[in-house]
Amino acid sequence: MKWTKKDLLGITGLSKEEILFILDTAESFRDISRRDVKKVPTLRGKTVITLFYEPSTRTRTSFEIAAKRLSADTINIAASTSSYVKGETLKDTAKTLEAMKPDVTIIRHSMPGAPHMLAKIVESSVVNGGDGAHEHPTQALLDLFTMREKKGTLDGLKIAIIGDIIHSRVARSNIFALRHFDTEIICCGPPTMLPPHLEDLGVKPEHSLEKAIRNADVIMTLRIQKERGGVAYIPSIKEYSTMFGLRKEHLSKAKKDVIVMHPGPMNRGIEIMDDVADGTSSVILDQVENGVAVRMAVLYLLLGREA
Amino acid sequence: MRTKVLLDKKGLERTVNRIAHEIIERNQGVEALSLIGIRTRGVHLAYRIREKIKDIEGIELPFGVLDITMYRDDVFKLKSPEVKKTEIPFDVNNMTIILVDDVMQTGRTTRAAIDAIMDLGRPKRIQLAVLIDRGDRELPVHPDYAGSSYTANPEEEVVVRLREVDKKDEVVVVRSQ
Repeated sequence: MKWTKKDLLGITGLSKEEILFILDTAESFRDISRRDVKKVPTLRGKTVITLFYEPSTRTRTSFEIAAKRLSADTINIAASTSSYVKGETLKDTAKTLEAMKPDVTIIRHSMPGAPHMLAKIVESSVVNGGDGAHEHPTQALLDLFTMREKKGTLDGLKIAIIGDIIHSRVARSNIFALRHFDTEIICCGPPTMLPPHLEDLGVKPEHSLEKAIRNADVIMTLRIQKERGGVAYIPSIKEYSTMFGLRKEHLSKAKKDVIVMHPGPMNRGIEIMDDVADGTSSVILDQVENGVAVRMAVLYLLLGREA
Repeated sequence: MRTKVLLDKKGLERTVNRIAHEIIERNQGVEALSLIGIRTRGVHLAYRIREKIKDIEGIELPFGVLDITMYRDDVFKLKSPEVKKTEIPFDVNNMTIILVDDVMQTGRTTRAAIDAIMDLGRPKRIQLAVLIDRGDRELPVHPDYAGSSYTANPEEEVVVRLREVDKKDEVVVVRSQ
């Protein structure tokens, strides 16, 4: 298969074959991070910019490490230290950066569609590192990679996504990706945090945590998106935690070999308890490790695309 | 399209056997020796050499598979060629590594393979075994073991077919008219 797309803006727009192609490519890149010499010369001479208008630890670092392990040069721009604070528009910032000839720009922005706008005005590749509550494609790809790694296949899996679904770009991108496979997807949270029309996406809404995780192969917990007003959707954090916080005793309801995922950052004691986050079912740190491999694959494929 | 047979099934088998013998002779045995095949057909050739060495010396050499895509100097001219896995399940440090490829031409694949192995450690030495050396070098690298040499014209292509992937064993020269 040959990669043809200039940008990775979302999971929507990717075919099942393209998703699998990224995951398969990532398999080959993962081993590099496990060697003593964690670097290959593949992207030598290429420049990767991360442009983050929202805070991030793992996504930005993960992209930077991915680019560096492929020998690309990386430049990180955080909104708080950029001309954004002096009133420059995204379009002008993009045009200015474009003039410095980057090969890939990774953008995170609170406005849904910001990466799409950027992709239209710059010639270099654009990767969506999270746009508002819309999409976070590389997170979904690394989640699928981790599920496939742990379960051997995606087909036949029952996946329960728990939490602030309505504000979650992670949930959205995961649903878009998992729909391509023979999966059963359940979204669970308080009624105010479940978006309407989930059924149209083939997703089953559920308000009981215990019902949602019954026989699940995968449980994905999400934090409350305080920056998107999530706290206003529930009576109290304490009540939310009582009803939807994942505790060790819950896991016995799920399949014996269930895996627990969290895209991070975790709010321990709210959506996930310590004994789950640090327990044997947790694959949270595997997700982080796999994120680097998936992002290496994305950078490699975008830069080598067939025009 | 005209084809000329360089090696038939029997000829290919004899050549692989000879290379195996030469490797043992040159290294005065098989101690600290290992084989790494370059994907795709180099892997199958390396495996056959390993089997032959086992017949002769009674020892199974460590065996690895190398994908050189990430180290190619023309990786983006080829438009993201598929990257496959490199699997070298042994420590390359202080090993004598026999790198195995099917056809050698420019030497660029060999350069990439050497760089890839060097990133995994510091082998004692690397030797190169190829089934066919078709000349036309662009880099100063040469095989230590060559099954046979054939000086091909630019319009000729040397095609190695192995039963593991191509259902038959032969080496032919294909000439496009």
